[in-house]
Parts: sequence; structure tokens; C-alpha cells
Amino acid sequence: MKSSLLNMTAVLFGITLVASAGVGAVNMITAEPIEQAKAADTENAVKAVLSGVDFDAIAPADTLMNKNNSTVVVYRAKKGDDVAAYAVKTPSLTKNGFNGKVTLMVGYLPDGVVNDIVVVEQNETPGLGTRMKDEGNSLYLSVRGKNTWEMRNSGALAVRQDGGEVDALTAATISSRAYVNAIEAADAAFRIASGQAGAQEPLAVSGATLTCDGRQPAQQSENGPEAQEGGKNE
Amino acid sequence: MNKLKIVLSGIVKNNPTFVLVLGMCPTLGTTTSAENGMGMGLATMAVLIMSNLVISLVKNIIPDKVRIPAFIVIIASFVTIIEMLMKAYVPALYASLGVFIPLIVVNCIILGRAEAFASKNNAFDSVLDGIGIGLGFTLSLTVIGSVREMLGNGSIFGWSFGISDYTPLIFVLAPGAFLVLGYLMVLFNKLAKR
Repeated sequence: MKSSLLNMTAVLFGITLVASAGVGAVNMITAEPIEQAKAADTENAVKAVLSGVDFDAIAPADTLMNKNNSTVVVYRAKKGDDVAAYAVKTPSLTKNGFNGKVTLMVGYLPDGVVNDIVVVEQNETPGLGTRMKDEGNSLYLSVRGKNTWEMRNSGALAVRQDGGEVDALTAATISSRAYVNAIEAADAAFRIASGQAGAQEPLAVSGATLTCDGRQPAQQSENGPEAQEGGKNE
Repeated sequence: MNKLKIVLSGIVKNNPTFVLVLGMCPTLGTTTSAENGMGMGLATMAVLIMSNLVISLVKNIIPDKVRIPAFIVIIASFVTIIEMLMKAYVPALYASLGVFIPLIVVNCIILGRAEAFASKNNAFDSVLDGIGIGLGFTLSLTVIGSVREMLGNGSIFGWSFGISDYTPLIFVLAPGAFLVLGYLMVLFNKLAKR
């Protein structure tokens, strides 16, 4: 077809109009299923890391933020009025994996022992860093069932190459360091959420400081309605 | 033109990966495993069929000078739609292919077929061409992915042979992609010539 200013403008306008209407329509249809799929993912991860824990309900999540705008979320599993366990979802705050952040869901028993770990999100190299998702990988075995606070204090929460006691996945430790960094962040978040954190100082994760929406975290765990607000406060 | 021939030519004679050598970026990037390669191939095929259909339908009202921007808008819309549908209904596949989906927009196979075929043929033939080229791309990526996964990780479609500790990891990494692609291209062209 021969081009003139009028028909070029008209056709491009028409095509972009129809295209954006189409994209908009599909967005309206899929917005809800996408939200549901995300929520279901999170719920499954929470349930997975709390396996073996006896609880009736999961309280609405608290959102802890850090400076880099990474979101750290704490879920509380309740048995009656008591908190039976905590699940912390956190990205690696100060160390990236090979292709961006590694996000973990870590289940904590009230005494600070890691119940289970699920890798929520990672973009590591297939066959190398992705082994952190495999069953019984060395990172997982090095941390599960341990008290991460004690490990942090004794310097054991670091890969062996850095003088710690965590077995890295491969000799190259980029992915493993990101994983350990996320565990550190999870430990800090757990201590804020469970009210075991005294000062702000021990919560610093290699430079990134976690805060709790400017409120006293210990109050949230005792105070039902307040804790519910925390979830919206993202 | 014989209808079956259009489909078959996309798989063998005009195979996008091994003969036309189009769309190398997603080919090298996504074929770390058989499953990823196949997923990328199928997603591209879906976009290709839709864009070929629509472009062949509207080819007569598009002025020549704004042909390319018009095609790009159509293709980008389909990619966005497919991305949203995948997120909503197959989140597991989206999780493994997510980064590559937006790349389909700039995949030269799609624009290439829009230019070379859909803008010159009727809607039915264009859909058949989309199916043929799409199948060719999917099969090529699946084969490359399978070879890389077998050699590099000792498994296929996630089924492990239990030898992953002894396999050369380089085949899963970028250099392995070039090696496997190169040798498969030689093999394919040798066999296709007969």
C-alpha cells in the first residue's frame, strides 16, 4: 500500500489502539489468577518450612524492610495464642548470587533452631547454583536443625572458604555466599519478630540494617490487631 | 503451494536454528536443559502463529513505510499477553522462562517470518508457516537442550542418570552452548542434504 502521512498516522494509531485494548483486556482477566498463584506459592512455601510443627493458623504477615527496599516478611504460625513457629521470607540482603538475589523461606522454631528451608526465588546457573534447590544439598544440610544465632556468633555461619562451617555447593562460592547471606538476614528478622533482639546492633547483616516499620517488634507479636496492620504496611 | 510442504519446510529445509540461523540469542541462552529449550520453543511458536495470522490479515491496510513499527507493536502485544497468561496459569513454567519471554519480542525469527512470509501470503498459509517454523524451532531447542543436559548434568528432562558428579559442567554453561550448537548444525546440514 502506498504511504501518505494521513494513512500512516491513521493505521499506526488504529493498531496501537487495538493492541493496547487487547493487552488491557487480558490484564483484567489474568490479574486475579496471577495474584492467587503468587499467594498460593507463598502459602505452600510457608507450609513446607513449617513441616512437623503443630499449629492451627498462620497469622497475617509482618513486613520488615531494609534500606535497599528488599522486602523481608515474617509469618507466625499460631497454636492457640502461642506462636509455635516463625517463617521468614527474605532475599540475600547484601550479597547477590550469580544473577541477582537469592530469596529463601526459612522456618524457625521459637528457640531459634532452623526447622526447614525452601528456596523461593533464584536465577542461578542451571546445574551449578541451582543445586541449592536440590534435596539434601550441602548448604541445606549445613544449616537445617542448627541454631543460626549461635552459628553467627561463633563465626560458623559462612562458607568454609571464608572460615565458616557451611559446605558450599561448588568450589566457586558466589551462589553459596548469597544463600548464607539470606540465612543471616532470616536469623536477624526472626530475632526481631520473636522479640529476642536486644539492641539494633546485632541485627546488622553485613551493613544492611533491618527495621520494623518504625514500631517495636516485640509488641507486634503480643498484640493481635497491630500485627494484622503490619501485613498491609508494605 | 502444497500445504503440508509449508509446514515441513519450516522443520527441515528452512529450519530456523540450523539452516536460517535466526534467533541465536534465545537459542544459546535458554537451552540449559531439555525442558527449558522446549518451553522457550513452544512460547515462541505460540507468538509466531498468532503474529503471522494477524499480520497476514492486516497486511493490505498497512502502508509500506510504517510496516516494521506496525509489526513490532503487534508482536509485542502478543508477547505481553502470553507472558500474563503464563504467569496466571502456568507459574512453574514462567518461573523458569520468565526472563526470556520479553526477549521473544526482539526474536528475529518472528519479525523475519512476518516480513518474508506473512506479509506476502494469505492467512491460512501464514498460520501453517508459523506452525512449521515454530515446530522447527521447538524441536531444535529441545534437541540442543537435551544434549547439553545429558552431557553437562547427566540427566534428561530432569530424569537423572545418577552420574552428575562425573559429567563436564561446561556443557551447561555458555561455551557448551556454542560447542553443541556448532556440532549439531554440522550434523543437521549433513543429514538434510541427503
